[in-house]
Amino acid sequence: MNGPFFINGWIGEEASLIFALFIGIAFGFFLERAGLGSAKKLASQFYGRDMTVFKMMFTAIITAMVGLFWFDYFGWLQLELVYLTPTFVAPQIIGGLVFGVGFIIGGYCPGTSCVAGATGSLDGWVNVIGMLAGILVFGELYPWLESFYNATPMGELTFVDYFNLPAGLMVFILVMIALGGFWLSEKIETKMANKDL
Amino acid sequence: MPFIRKTAEPYWNPYISGIGLGLVLLFTFLVMGRGIGASGAMTSVVATTANVISPQHAQANEFFRGYLGDGTVSPLKDWLVFEVIGVLIGGFLSGIFAGRTSIKIEKGTGISTNRRFQYAFIGGMIMAFGTKLARGCTSGQALTGGALMNVGSWLFMISLFAGAYAMAWFVRRLWI
Repeated sequence: MNGPFFINGWIGEEASLIFALFIGIAFGFFLERAGLGSAKKLASQFYGRDMTVFKMMFTAIITAMVGLFWFDYFGWLQLELVYLTPTFVAPQIIGGLVFGVGFIIGGYCPGTSCVAGATGSLDGWVNVIGMLAGILVFGELYPWLESFYNATPMGELTFVDYFNLPAGLMVFILVMIALGGFWLSEKIETKMANKDL
Repeated sequence: MPFIRKTAEPYWNPYISGIGLGLVLLFTFLVMGRGIGASGAMTSVVATTANVISPQHAQANEFFRGYLGDGTVSPLKDWLVFEVIGVLIGGFLSGIFAGRTSIKIEKGTGISTNRRFQYAFIGGMIMAFGTKLARGCTSGQALTGGALMNVGSWLFMISLFAGAYAMAWFVRRLWI
């Protein structure tokens, strides 16, 4: 029995929705535990005062990344069956910049706005409503955006393919970068703690 | 309710919480062959609403049509929709256990509640637009694609930090 269980037919459509609910509960739980349901805590990341966003995000990324590597190595998970969002260079860079601007103005990202709303933050709900409006605007403008949306396609592409390195080495490099980032985050927090902006 | 505390507990260590979140993500890959998400569920809600108000209009739009399916099952019977309902429950419960679930408005000391709501709305709109352009958000792209070493996801992640840091100075009065 190897993964992904859903794709390999070990669990059905209905069961997958039950998994979705419980995975979501765990996801929301950990976000709230770390304080990512708080707009002020999220925003502090960008003033160098509280780097929780970076620390939690990159710890999660490298934990899952190292896990995936070993699961694949031992044959527990067929990594080639896991869905990979195709790369479109220009819209993903521009989309990221736009996203970042909206993030610091509104104070949340999509998942954390839900956690904020669930813990009673009214601004979290207003942010969710804003997002629904933004998605509607995007959808209505889609006929005009479509050519840019599909510009600069590179297909399903990982760093392993792009740099043509062994997967283990690529994982090691990214883990080292993350550890360097954690060290730097601790330094920045100490330095910026009492600085006036 | 006796289990609701009067004073809020401190947050967990970000690295410990991060390992927890990473294991949830790893489990999701193993079981489902996909990662976690958030903005996709909101898109399903918008597409469904548009389809209720004007089916003709919604189905003429390729973007919405992609979220509506073939019409045999409700577009809300979707993996991400169920997952995000879970996020709401999980966040609520964690907040209750730690004494942090209460009606409140999060803002800096320098701005009014009205202003905060306006910025929360506008920020949400801008962010959602960026999300859709990039084919995912901090969950579906940054976390999920980050762990898969997906090139496009890392480009998105670096760009989102760059965008937020570049803008932060101009809106510092919202937060500090």
